[in-house]
Amino acid sequence: MRNVSSYVVVLFLSVAIVGCGGRKAVDRDIDVDAVDGVGGVSTSGLDGSGTSTSGLDDGTTGIGNAIGAGGPEGELLSKRVVYFDYNSSLLTLESEAIVQAHADFLANNPGVQIILEGHADERGTREYNLALGEDRAKSVAQVMEALSVSGGRIQNVSYGEERPVALGYDEAAFALNRRVEILYQ
Amino acid sequence: MSLILNLTLMNKVKDMAIFGRPRFAGISCIFAVLLTLLATPAMAVLTIEVNKGVDSGIPIAIVPFGIEGASGLPHLPADIIESDLSSSGKFDAVSRDNFISRPTDLKSIQYKDWRLLKAEALVVGKIINLGNGQLEVRFRLVDVFRETQLTGQKFTIPEDRIRKVSHQISDIIYEQLTGKPGAFDTKIAYITAEGELPNKKFLLQIADVDGFGPRTVLQSNEPILSPAWSPDGNWLAYVSFEKRSSNVYIQNVWSGERKLVSEFPGINSAPAWSPDGRSLALTLSKDGNPDIYVFNVANNSLRRLTRHTAIDTEPDWSPDGRTIAFTSGRSGAPQIYRVPVSGGNAQRMTFEGKYNAGPSHSPDGKSMVLITDQGNGFRVGLYSTEDRSVRELTNTRQDESPSFAPNGEMIIYATQKGGRSVLSAVSVDGSVQQTLRFQQGSVREPAWSPFNRKL
Repeated sequence: MRNVSSYVVVLFLSVAIVGCGGRKAVDRDIDVDAVDGVGGVSTSGLDGSGTSTSGLDDGTTGIGNAIGAGGPEGELLSKRVVYFDYNSSLLTLESEAIVQAHADFLANNPGVQIILEGHADERGTREYNLALGEDRAKSVAQVMEALSVSGGRIQNVSYGEERPVALGYDEAAFALNRRVEILYQ
Repeated sequence: MSLILNLTLMNKVKDMAIFGRPRFAGISCIFAVLLTLLATPAMAVLTIEVNKGVDSGIPIAIVPFGIEGASGLPHLPADIIESDLSSSGKFDAVSRDNFISRPTDLKSIQYKDWRLLKAEALVVGKIINLGNGQLEVRFRLVDVFRETQLTGQKFTIPEDRIRKVSHQISDIIYEQLTGKPGAFDTKIAYITAEGELPNKKFLLQIADVDGFGPRTVLQSNEPILSPAWSPDGNWLAYVSFEKRSSNVYIQNVWSGERKLVSEFPGINSAPAWSPDGRSLALTLSKDGNPDIYVFNVANNSLRRLTRHTAIDTEPDWSPDGRTIAFTSGRSGAPQIYRVPVSGGNAQRMTFEGKYNAGPSHSPDGKSMVLITDQGNGFRVGLYSTEDRSVRELTNTRQDESPSFAPNGEMIIYATQKGGRSVLSAVSVDGSVQQTLRFQQGSVREPAWSPFNRKL
């Protein structure tokens, strides 16, 4: 019951924040798709006797935003994307401040769980970038865990270079794509 | 007699392989081979562009096949054979515009016509409509100077196999004149991505090596990655994000039957089949960070092969099945290492270039293709296990996913052209490059099938 009520509060706050319009278009829209999109998959064989499946959903639907609080802390909390240097998983000082703010929020809201979604720019091989995306998500998770957020509340996912937010083959686009998105469940 | 010609031709090919690159790289020009679409507009390929050196191969004349009793069949076999052989870099097709005569069988050949055009080899043939959708296709490969037939064959096939038989004829000609098996009658698997989020569509498709006849074997709204053929060509392993994290599946290409083989927490990716088809090397991060594991497909057992705090990924088996090459970030930037399959220490293999990743062994195990950055962007590189050198085979900047043809003569890879991802093939000496241009969407991660006549 307590969980449900805090969830409602969280949802309410998130609506309020959305109303403030302080977010960039790059973060949430895409994640909603990632989480809520139909996981429909169909296979077929060359001999025409293929099986067809759809809606292989893992049940992670209906996820709301969970960001609240005002003031300087709130400003940091409203940032839910942290960026990285090329081929690096180290947090910058700015990123670390953002991650710490989220860790504080999580410490104060024990029912809330998050997904850390790691991404890479498109240079290099897809598989190496998939690993790099996970490495970045783990860097963020480590800071949070060091601040007493239990690892069980954090789920890491890497999309490598598969979900760029900026198109274009230049440093401006690369810099936006080398990121970890902090997604509240 | 034909043997003598064969030897001369083979010597010429050998010379080309040795001298071809320095001689022709500087004066390379562009031929555009435009193939008319036989198929419906739904077929994927528009054009095939071949960029190659001048006068680098065996001069061969391929006469459009005669047609008996069939209507509406274009010059398909000759077009396909010409395109196949030209793409290999080992042949120069004599332009049809200059043909003096158009024989369709042995007795109607005027050899002086072909000597005049400096053709050393000549292909003639005919298609006979047998009715009921059946065709008989005959061809002969002829030595112009010796005036003898080198080989010839007759096929009886359903009409819709005409492309496949044409590729088979290319294989026969290629083997007869170069001494190596052709790989034109094989397939490529690849991923296409179309549309924008939230309606993005990912397809895993299989097509002929020239891009024709694409068939979809998997469709998903989430990314699909890293298709890998089993050694018998009957299965594809791949990574799918359909459960919102990277998991590894194997799927039978004939029945569509598939199995989820790895869904541990974290990354499950980079599947690579062992040469005996019993195991998959995988990248898993379940024990902390990405390391290489060997998964036995038959008994589901799993064994850890590398243990390092840096990223280890992109495993690829040596053809003898004894070692696995992989990409590791343990020295900072990605470089290629290898480890015995039985376990043991990893040994660094690449030392040239600031980025080397995604190794794929040649069928003879003497080299690997990989993605290399030597200060010129990300290019297909050829790594020699003998002297550890890495030679750039392309001059583009955003190449990905190179893999060898099963005969080791060509390499297929993905690159960017006109703002989207396309598939290209390059000969192993770098002298000839061919781009497959698809009508729409982005096409990437090609994997060349093994030999399997059923495919």
